[in-house]
Amino acid sequence: MTDTRPLAELMPGDNGIIARLKVDEALYQRLSAMGLRIGRPIQVIRRAALSGPIQVRVGFTDLILRRVDALNICVAPAA
Amino acid sequence: MKRLAIVGMPNTGKSTFFNRLTGATARVGNWPGVTVDLLGAKILLGADMVEVVDLPGLYDLHGFSEDELVVRHFLENNPVDLVAIILNAGQIDHQIAIALQLKQLGLPVVLLLNMIDEADKLGIRIDTRKMSEALGMPVMVLSAKYGKGFAEAKKALTGMIAISEQSPGLEDLQEKLAQDDQVEMQMQAVISHSVQLPIQLPESFTAQLDKVLLHPWLGLPIFFGVMYLLFQGIFLLGAPFQTGVEWLLTMISQYALEPLLSPAPGWLHGLLIDGIYNGVGTVASFVPIIVLFFLFMAVIEDTGYLSRAAFLMDAVMAKMGLDGRSFVMLLMGFGCNVPALMGTRVMRSRALRLLTMMVIPFSLCSARLQVFIFITAALFSAKHAPLVLFSLYMMSFATAILTALLFKRKFESTDPFVLELPPYRLPTLMQLWLRGWQEVRHFLKRASKFIIIGVVLVWALTHLPPGVREAGPDSFSGMLGTWFNPVLSPLGIDAQMTITLIFGFVAKEIVIGALAVVYGMEGDALSHQIGASMDWVQAYSFMLFTLIYTPCLSTIATLRSESRSNLYAAATVAWSLGLAWIVSFVFYQGARALGY
Repeated sequence: MTDTRPLAELMPGDNGIIARLKVDEALYQRLSAMGLRIGRPIQVIRRAALSGPIQVRVGFTDLILRRVDALNICVAPAA
Repeated sequence: MKRLAIVGMPNTGKSTFFNRLTGATARVGNWPGVTVDLLGAKILLGADMVEVVDLPGLYDLHGFSEDELVVRHFLENNPVDLVAIILNAGQIDHQIAIALQLKQLGLPVVLLLNMIDEADKLGIRIDTRKMSEALGMPVMVLSAKYGKGFAEAKKALTGMIAISEQSPGLEDLQEKLAQDDQVEMQMQAVISHSVQLPIQLPESFTAQLDKVLLHPWLGLPIFFGVMYLLFQGIFLLGAPFQTGVEWLLTMISQYALEPLLSPAPGWLHGLLIDGIYNGVGTVASFVPIIVLFFLFMAVIEDTGYLSRAAFLMDAVMAKMGLDGRSFVMLLMGFGCNVPALMGTRVMRSRALRLLTMMVIPFSLCSARLQVFIFITAALFSAKHAPLVLFSLYMMSFATAILTALLFKRKFESTDPFVLELPPYRLPTLMQLWLRGWQEVRHFLKRASKFIIIGVVLVWALTHLPPGVREAGPDSFSGMLGTWFNPVLSPLGIDAQMTITLIFGFVAKEIVIGALAVVYGMEGDALSHQIGASMDWVQAYSFMLFTLIYTPCLSTIATLRSESRSNLYAAATVAWSLGLAWIVSFVFYQGARALGY
């Protein structure tokens, strides 16, 4: 648990493993259902202009989420 | 009668499957414990009459969105014989959780893995036999869109429903769902046992296309370019059809109705031809454009481009207190405000929903578009007409933005914005045909409900009491016009136009129908008459008012039912009425002051 970074700081092409979800119960459920679970690998695909949302890939699903929300998702470096 | 519930995640082709299974027999209905209407249909499966219910899409049975609550409440209050779970085979690795959750509840389930063609393309191999063993439920793969595997899936459903016994409503649903860690473990086990996933995703078509369409700087210009071309395409393709329908209607009236009705008394002749036929006919001539409009919208929606629009526009929308989904709903509103309002159900935060629902009615919907096409054609040259229409679309955006900015403090939200980005899909001709047909049906329903009653009322108001000059100052319409005069004459709107606005409150389609009735003309003659009865400043002021003052009765009713607040619905209508008056007043008086 030493080297985690907020997902929002990852650049396009960066990989990682989801280490921690600092979100409330409702969002935790929802992220899990969409595939964002602790222990799963995640990749940042692109970041929108004007500090817009980021696109990430978890498994076979592409998700878009806001950078503010991505600040609460901690990612450990890929093994 | 037995009951089959269809459950699945959003974007899995659940509705496509439902439509294929039930044909065109679906009806909207009420179910105990559920506050919203659900689509249901009664069909024969084997020897059983089965009621099939299409439940809203959900990500998780634990979820807290309104749609997810609906599904939970439905399962708690309605016994079911069988649940069909539709999942996207291409995303099987995380969607399988729902199947496990439903299994845990002790419901009889069949798992249908849809979009198998896409999973094939992604190189995902699913061993349905092994999966079926691991899950303890029948598993079928299919493509609901192309029909592949559909017959087998239907057979499986038929077989299961024949032997399954009704399980009662689930009372302690929440508690039964408690052991989540277990689901997580099972999920991994099932997937590794029965699914072969490719190690690296093939650099698919979607990725290539997204490089261009989601480009940080080119993405938005391309998006608006595509929308612009779409509108151009609609009018280019629609115009000949529109002329054709008009021609046909004139022929029918000239060679069939007129001779047929010549012995009838004058008033009946007037009511039937000048009232109903001209009124409804004028509205009907816009059907081709509207059908095309919805077809094009459907293509954009079904390909997955709208989710991209949400990605591109989110940063801009955030400044207005909205998010990318709000933008998508605004775009949907250009078709019809009502489904766009209902689409906001995916938002969890009530504040965000209310703010989005407040701006949607400013979307220039297809019904208002008809009015504007008609009036711009009558008062502006062919060169200027497209510019005028474009300016009205800009006004539509401007009023929506202004509204959001003014009210965002009132409806502040921190709803997290997380959205799935589906791969691009190609809609099939069958899908398009169904969408077009649905629109025609929708129009016919509206026509029979509002438009005929509307035009008859307009005819009565303009022709009664008996003996008055048509729409003259002594007719009821003249009196109404005089009554509203102090409010509307500062906007350059005369008594006749006032009548159409009153009926436009019910549905905008009536406006042009009402114009035809008020002037007792149709087609080109009507256009000329309108062109002569006002100048362009008045016409533009009228269009601004029509755009902003209020969407239609259905939209207001939807605002009320979706917000469950009379105060909110009333405030929204009051705001748009006030804004419409101010905008038209400023424009009209300003233009006049400048000497136009």
